[in-house]
Amino acid sequence: MATDTLHHGASAEPHEHHDAAGTKVFGFWVYLMSDLVIFGSLFATYAVLMKGTAAGPSAAEIFELPFVLVETFLLLFSSFTFGMGVLAMNAERLGQVKAWLAITFVLGAAFVGMEIYEFQHLIHEGYGPDKSAFLSSFFTLVGTHGLHVTFGLIWILVMLVQLSTKGLNDMTRPRILCLSLFWHFLDIVWICVFSFVYLMGVL
Amino acid sequence: MSASSTNAHGSVKSYVTGLVLSLILTIIPFAVVMSGALSTLATVVVVMVTAVLQILVQLVMFMHMSTKADEGWNMMSFVFTLTILVLVVGGSLWIMQHLHLNMMIG
Repeated sequence: MATDTLHHGASAEPHEHHDAAGTKVFGFWVYLMSDLVIFGSLFATYAVLMKGTAAGPSAAEIFELPFVLVETFLLLFSSFTFGMGVLAMNAERLGQVKAWLAITFVLGAAFVGMEIYEFQHLIHEGYGPDKSAFLSSFFTLVGTHGLHVTFGLIWILVMLVQLSTKGLNDMTRPRILCLSLFWHFLDIVWICVFSFVYLMGVL
Repeated sequence: MSASSTNAHGSVKSYVTGLVLSLILTIIPFAVVMSGALSTLATVVVVMVTAVLQILVQLVMFMHMSTKADEGWNMMSFVFTLTILVLVVGGSLWIMQHLHLNMMIG
C-alpha cells in the first residue's frame, strides 16, 4: 500500500514516520476489510430475500439499466480522478491535489444525487422499502453503499479544508491515502451492486 | 526508494490502464444483458466473470494490493476476509435454501 512516499516530507526520523504512517494506512485497510464483511452480509440478505416480492414489483420491473450505467461511470471516473489526486500528492503539487479532489467530489455528489432521485422515484411510485422483503433488502444494501459515499464526500470536504489550512504534511498525507482507499473500496463494492443486484436482477 | 514507490503507488499509466480495463469490463456485461443476445446461463457467467475481473483490476491498479506492499499483510487480510465472506454469503444461501425446501408443503 501507499506508504513509501510519506518519506517525501523530509522528516528528521524518516523511518519512524514511515512506520507510523504505514501502520495508520494499514489499520484503515483492516477497517475496510471489516466493512466488506458488513456489505457481504447485506448481499447475503438481499440474495435470500430477492424473490420475496410479496404483491410488489420484481427487480426486472423497476430497474433501469441505462440509468445505472451512468451511475457506474460517475463512480468509476471519480475513482480514477482520486488516483490522479494521489499521484499529484506524491509529486508535491498541492494545487493539483485540491483540484482532483474537487473533481472527485463533483462526480461523487452526482452519483449520490442520482441515487437519491432513484429512491425518491421508487417511493413515489409506491415501491418503498415497506412494500416487500425484496425492496427492504434492496434499499438497505444500496442505501448503505450510498451512505458510505455520502460520508466519503464529507471526508473529501474536510480534507479540502485541511489541505488549505495545513498543506501537505505528515498528518494530512496518511489521511489522503486512507480516503483514497475508502473511495476505491466503494467503487469495488459498487461493481458487486451493479452486477448482482441490477444486471442479474433484470434477467 | 523512488523505484519502490512507483511500484507501490502506481503511475499515470497504471491508473489509465485500470480505468480503460474497468470501462471495458463494465460495458461488456451491460451490453450483454441489455441486448439479450446470449442465453440466461451464458449471461450470468459473463456478468460474474467480468465482475470478478474488474474487482481484481481495481484492487491491483487503484488500491495497489500486492504480495509486496506491507510485507503482504494487506493481501493476507484480504484473503482472510474473502474466506469469511464465502462462509457468510455461501452459508446463508445454503441454509436458507434448505429451510425454503423444508418449509414447502406437500
